[in-house]
Amino acid sequence: MIKKIIIIGLLAGVGVIFFQLFQAYQVPTILSNKLAVYYAQNAAREVGAANLVSAIVVTYRGFDTLGEVTILFLTAAIISFVLKLKKEDRVPDRPIRETSELLTSSSQVIVPVIFLVGIYIFINGHLTPGGGFQGGAVIASGVLLMLLANPHMEVSHKLVAFIESLSGIGFVVVGVLGLILAGGFLDNRFLPLGTFGTLISAGALPLIYIFIGLKVGAELSNILGTISTHQNEKNS
Amino acid sequence: MIIAIAAVLCLLSLVGAIMTIHSKKLSIGIIASGLVSLTASILFLLLAAPDVALTEASIGSGLTTIIFFYALNKIRQNHD
Repeated sequence: MIKKIIIIGLLAGVGVIFFQLFQAYQVPTILSNKLAVYYAQNAAREVGAANLVSAIVVTYRGFDTLGEVTILFLTAAIISFVLKLKKEDRVPDRPIRETSELLTSSSQVIVPVIFLVGIYIFINGHLTPGGGFQGGAVIASGVLLMLLANPHMEVSHKLVAFIESLSGIGFVVVGVLGLILAGGFLDNRFLPLGTFGTLISAGALPLIYIFIGLKVGAELSNILGTISTHQNEKNS
Repeated sequence: MIIAIAAVLCLLSLVGAIMTIHSKKLSIGIIASGLVSLTASILFLLLAAPDVALTEASIGSGLTTIIFFYALNKIRQNHD
């Protein structure tokens, strides 16, 4: 009883705090932050990306993105390490419940479309909302659907590791090329900026987003594949 | 008009959150938690943050829901 009263009291307190925030909020009519003003005025000319968010995320704040990709890589590596299987632990002929016909058939139709949408999201990252991380997550959900439909499938670790290391190295190489040929690390202006708003524009930005998208997709797929093969371990 | 839509979405999100906790069947709870993410993503879109909306839709509503279903499937297999 006392527990419930405390919970309701806490919820009411949080509600009051949020209501105060909501009451005090006024829509700003001018950009007061100098950095925001700079981005809004100069990003289109300097970076050439129609999507201001990806211009900031990939070039001005590109170093942060490198850190995020590294964190994701570490997570994938640690999960693989913790769930590591020895050869003799594997029990491949453990009975696995068959999936329904509906799931198997529909996944065959929908998985290519999911992959296509994911690739579209990260290739068009400099024009439309979204980018490498979102596209990679969409691709990983396609891989997960394949695993759901076919429990016997195994994600090829060699292929995933190859894609992941290739795109990771490519990302860093593009960054260093920016450092050598243009203004700084991950500067995209060593390639021509092109026409504003077309697919091949914004210098190296689409290239960077393709690398990030492939890397995130490969890492998340690797995590899912590791968890899926772990299923075949003996129940000790 | 937009405020009315936002209010309906907020209510839907609350209903989804309560259903997630109180539903007897786990699968209904998973779908309800996906609904919370979906309404949050539409709210982000209304607040003119399409990038955040896409992230929420792809990770919160897509990947997380499928991972929960995958885990549920695995639990059922162990019960058989």
